[in-house]
Amino acid sequence: MLVQRVTEEVLEIIRNDREIQNGSTNKVIDLVDKKVLPHFNFQHMTALAMGKEWRKASPQQQQQLTAEFKTLLVRTYSNALTSYKNQKVVYKAFKMAPTETDVLVRTEVHQPGNKPVQLDYSLERLEGGWKVYDVVVAGISLVTNYRDQFGQEVRNGGIDGLIASIANKNKSLEANQKK
Amino acid sequence: MTKSLGLSGMRKGRAWALGGLLALAGIGNTIAEENPHDPYEGFNRSMFAVHEAIDKYAAKPVAQVYDNAVPLPVKAGVGNFFGNVGELWVGVNSALQGKFSDAGVDLGRLLINSTVGIFGLFDVASELGLERHDEDFGQTMAVWGAGSGGYLFWPVIGSRTVRDTLGWGVDIMGDPVGYVDSIPVRNSLRGLRIVDIRASLLPADKVVEEAALDKYAYIRDAYLQRRRNQIFDGRPPRLDD
Repeated sequence: MLVQRVTEEVLEIIRNDREIQNGSTNKVIDLVDKKVLPHFNFQHMTALAMGKEWRKASPQQQQQLTAEFKTLLVRTYSNALTSYKNQKVVYKAFKMAPTETDVLVRTEVHQPGNKPVQLDYSLERLEGGWKVYDVVVAGISLVTNYRDQFGQEVRNGGIDGLIASIANKNKSLEANQKK
Repeated sequence: MTKSLGLSGMRKGRAWALGGLLALAGIGNTIAEENPHDPYEGFNRSMFAVHEAIDKYAAKPVAQVYDNAVPLPVKAGVGNFFGNVGELWVGVNSALQGKFSDAGVDLGRLLINSTVGIFGLFDVASELGLERHDEDFGQTMAVWGAGSGGYLFWPVIGSRTVRDTLGWGVDIMGDPVGYVDSIPVRNSLRGLRIVDIRASLLPADKVVEEAALDKYAYIRDAYLQRRRNQIFDGRPPRLDD
């Protein structure tokens, strides 16, 4: 299964890479870029995060939103990978009919002394193969968790206001990292 | 007479204008605070600010020292120990929710880990395939049909809905540490548990800090999603968009 293959490949690289373990964000972003991102559908993720506001955005705004949201997600969660140390990923048994186009893959992250953390992926079948459109950690969707915040920004400054505030967030994260 | 009349007239006028402003502000509020999950947002945001200050200057620095100074096997032992201490109460809640086979597993875990696992320092039961459950009285009330009530944010204990605040009060009564006779031991255990919990949240800090456009809202929505997931034991029905 795709999720397992990609996860194990990425974790194997992290396990053997001192620079990443020492918190080299750029290196881990590179890795995620090459190995993980091709399997994600960011347009769908952005639409899901926006909820009903998505249709209010013009195609060009949708493109900008997707680009900025992608940058934000990749940066924050790649950083989370650098703190990967002693965890073990367990894949839950999984049955799927060949006709299915939308599935939920369940995994669990085990770490010593803590409760296992549920980590689920929603995937959809597209022409280019299976793509992830949602990641759920301990029941928290990393995508829909943005919905209220996005709605708030749209109410305050419209779609362009939202694009600007995600872009600002990305810029400040990048500036912090350079320090 | 006229003067006083005039004055009272002016007062009335002012009062009226004030009333109008308040009404407008009220409308403004309902427009700005459209979030049905968070009716007490104003109060919550001020409590959140208090919480952040306490965390920044007390809880987090202590947790960081603990996290850096204590070797992993010891930290794991501490985490397992407190997990085991809470196991009986987890079992009680499993039973109260009618999940009797889960309750049996919880009891089995308690017996195995307290003995073979040396006072709960080692989680032998998990190795044997007895899965750890996540239950508390707030979840029990939810299973019984209680609504969540509005979202609240408390300093130190953090996010809780009205129901889960009540549940938390009952959880404290079900906490064995509260029944330890020696006050210094009891307080040390409580202190160590807080540090252990806070330290386990350290990796999440950075993610939230970086990911959130509005940290308060990010934490609120994450809490509400997580609780829903816990109440449905990891398999919540899908919400339509």
